[in-house]
Amino acid sequence: MSALLARATNIRCVYGGGEEDFTAVDGVSLELGEGEILGLAGESGCGKTTLGNALAMIATPPLYVLSGLLEIDGESIDLSTLSVADLKRHRPYRGRTVSMLPQGAMNSISPTIRVRSLVHDVMRAHDPRVTKAEALDLARDRLKMLDMPVRVLDSYAHQLSGGMKQRLITVISTLQNPRLLIADEPTSALDVSSQRMLVEMLLAMVEQRIMSGVVFVTHDLPVLSQVSDKLAIMNAGRIVETGPTRRLVEEPQHDYTRTLLSSVLDPSHETRERGRLRSSGHAGPQAPTSEKEVGAR
Amino acid sequence: MSTPNAPVTDEKEAPRSNPFRSLNFSARFWVSLVLVVGIILLGMAGYVYPTSPGEKVGSLYDAPGGGLPLGTDNFGHDVLAVLMAGTRTSLIIGLVAGVVATTIGVVVGLLAGYVGGWFEELLMGVTNVVLAIPSIIVLILISISLPQSSIWSLAVVIGITSWPWTARAVRAQASSVATREHIDVARLSGARLPGILLRDVLPYILSYTVMAFVLQVAGAILAESALSMLGLGPSGANSLGIQLHWALAFQAVGGGAWWAFLPPTIVLTLVSFGFLLLQSSLDEVFNPRLRRGKRKQMKQAAARRAEEARLLAEQAFPAGAPEPTRAGDQA
Amino acid sequence: MSETPEMITRSRSDGEVLLSCQNVTKEFSVAGSTVVAVDDVSLEFPEASVLAVVGESGSGKSTLARMLLRLMPVTSGTITFRGEDVTSLSGKGLRQYWSEVQAVFQDPFASFNQFFTVGSLLRRSLALAEVTGDEAEALIEECLGYVDMAPAKTLGKFPHQLSGGQRQRVMVARALMMRPKVLLADEATSMLDATLRVNVLNVLHDLRSELGLTVLFITHDIGQACYLADRVAVMERGRVVERGSTEEVIFSPQGEYTRRLLADVPDLRGSLRT
Repeated sequence: MSALLARATNIRCVYGGGEEDFTAVDGVSLELGEGEILGLAGESGCGKTTLGNALAMIATPPLYVLSGLLEIDGESIDLSTLSVADLKRHRPYRGRTVSMLPQGAMNSISPTIRVRSLVHDVMRAHDPRVTKAEALDLARDRLKMLDMPVRVLDSYAHQLSGGMKQRLITVISTLQNPRLLIADEPTSALDVSSQRMLVEMLLAMVEQRIMSGVVFVTHDLPVLSQVSDKLAIMNAGRIVETGPTRRLVEEPQHDYTRTLLSSVLDPSHETRERGRLRSSGHAGPQAPTSEKEVGAR
Repeated sequence: MSTPNAPVTDEKEAPRSNPFRSLNFSARFWVSLVLVVGIILLGMAGYVYPTSPGEKVGSLYDAPGGGLPLGTDNFGHDVLAVLMAGTRTSLIIGLVAGVVATTIGVVVGLLAGYVGGWFEELLMGVTNVVLAIPSIIVLILISISLPQSSIWSLAVVIGITSWPWTARAVRAQASSVATREHIDVARLSGARLPGILLRDVLPYILSYTVMAFVLQVAGAILAESALSMLGLGPSGANSLGIQLHWALAFQAVGGGAWWAFLPPTIVLTLVSFGFLLLQSSLDEVFNPRLRRGKRKQMKQAAARRAEEARLLAEQAFPAGAPEPTRAGDQA
Repeated sequence: MSETPEMITRSRSDGEVLLSCQNVTKEFSVAGSTVVAVDDVSLEFPEASVLAVVGESGSGKSTLARMLLRLMPVTSGTITFRGEDVTSLSGKGLRQYWSEVQAVFQDPFASFNQFFTVGSLLRRSLALAEVTGDEAEALIEECLGYVDMAPAKTLGKFPHQLSGGQRQRVMVARALMMRPKVLLADEATSMLDATLRVNVLNVLHDLRSELGLTVLFITHDIGQACYLADRVAVMERGRVVERGSTEEVIFSPQGEYTRRLLADVPDLRGSLRT
């Protein structure tokens, strides 16, 4: 087993807003080894995005991180964010130690600037002294390293395909070589062919040590089997099962994991059979026993 | 490393924002509401004020005092009584004109925005023409051509010249709502145009409609004042503008009779300010993202959270154990 | 029925053809140039079967769906229903068409008018369904029953009080109120969680078996098509590039695009890294 990259302990997050706070993450702990990709899987509302935000230290009100400890790079970071002052406290780590790639980031690129301006803006946000030339050199090297066309730097966002935008945004958010990248649903809006390219790119990036670990948050289990070494299944704010991907997929222990796995529909003979069974020998819905002739007019 | 079975929830109801949730009224809203209500009360007070606006109680420009809080005007009438009556009239004109303008504007805007195509072009063309003609000129011309202008005719005239910008605002919104999926579902359910406009488009632009109405009322009151100052106001009636008209005509400014022109000016200013403030505070009411939350409740919640966090920290690191380095301690 | 050079047709379907389109094309003019969203598409939808139209983004499948529903005019081509040309319907004819052809859309929340209850939504369809009085309540109860929902619990609720899966099922119930012969599901499961997806797909399965409905299932997910459909048509950039039975298209694809599409789909067990 590889050396430990990061350990997060007892993360608890709430959404404040009304009379009562809503507990989004209820005491989650996880570990990630050097060079590992952890798949954080669950359905909508399970708290996986919130957990990602907590780890990346970008939780802003109405989201509050009540507790959580992140041990990474020899440091112990208190993840709690109860106030804006706490967010300031986290500043040195954001983007450097832990970088976040939010869901839908690719659609938030300003349409009026070229990609190279975006690169410069992002780098300058972390270090005001970086010149445009330096930023572009770094970007060019990175793109070449990952077999991406350098000319995208001269394009506008709308000129690029969805898959290209997502890969680009992934590159930009890791220019600082963060130790850990949290990617929230990076493949959800992409066609399967673009998904594959992004997954391959992420694997290459980890291999080339651009980042040392990735937490890949998604509801899409099949993608995770392509990309993750470990899986953590999340439900109602808790992790219900975690372990090596292969073991979870082949021998799931928890009922919920089994439910999730059984709802995967891939283009296979097994799926076709299930469909056929449903068509022929099923119990039928709870339709009332009306003898009305349907369709007759 | 698999963890034991933890309880799992069923398909839960996704918390979505409730459009009917009790609207959060901010301080701004209450201030503006108080202003507007205050002015309405000023107008209504005229019914109970002992002196009638037409009653001669003194001579030309008597200064305030001796039972006359605001002195007399050029006719020797009680300025306060005239003010109250004038406020009432101005408010009525504003209201009627506001209703007329908003109704026309909303109908035109809805039809243009939803139907689109050449029909939209046509309606917007008409709108732009009406918008381009300086309404003051139209008002003057119409006022002159009418044998006698009453409160109602004036209000209607103001209404039918000031609807264009409401129409444009509503059209833009209606156009955007028309592309939404629930419209397709309504059509597939067999709904017809009037039903769709009333049920599927109008509620979605209601906030704009209400805000437009508030602005139309304020605008109408000011328009009436402008006309009245020019001497084109409703004959035989009192309005704030007419009060100012007489004050100007009889040179109250030069003569130092501040009580003749200052009160109506102040009321007019407060009316505009009140309505404009109301409109902007309504924006907050209708748009959840602008809301800042009830301060007291937020303070309580923050305190609660801080307490919870402290407890959690204690559990993780009981007193005496080494504390984690907090990020801020590095510098 | 013309065939474009690239389109590969495997077996033809048997069964009476209810809805079909011939040489349908849709062009948009965007910023001066013309975009061809749907390019000379001809398809047949037979009775009591499920046809899946599979395509990635930009394939034109949703545009085709809107044209079939007559929510969008065609640029050229014809759409035929029960042997009649329905390409340029309007007014009463269009409403008549909608009493037989219905749809469920992608976004369960946006499909609702958030200011009205479920009951209100369903009752709205009564006029088109030409049902009144006691029959109306019975019809509502029946349609909710098909999607396994209880009227007592559902009718009084507002959309924001329901979960995504419940909303989508209500939408299916709404579509059924008209007792349609054709139900078009345009990415109807894409915004649902995986576990709910199977539920809705099963509902569609059952509707086909119980009511003899023709289901047109538009999706980007070929796995779902594999589960649900009898026949599959694959669209790429506005054209149908391959069609046939599910077995033919998915298990022995002949078209290059189809093969690539299938190869790119991540396989839960086959793609495991370790």
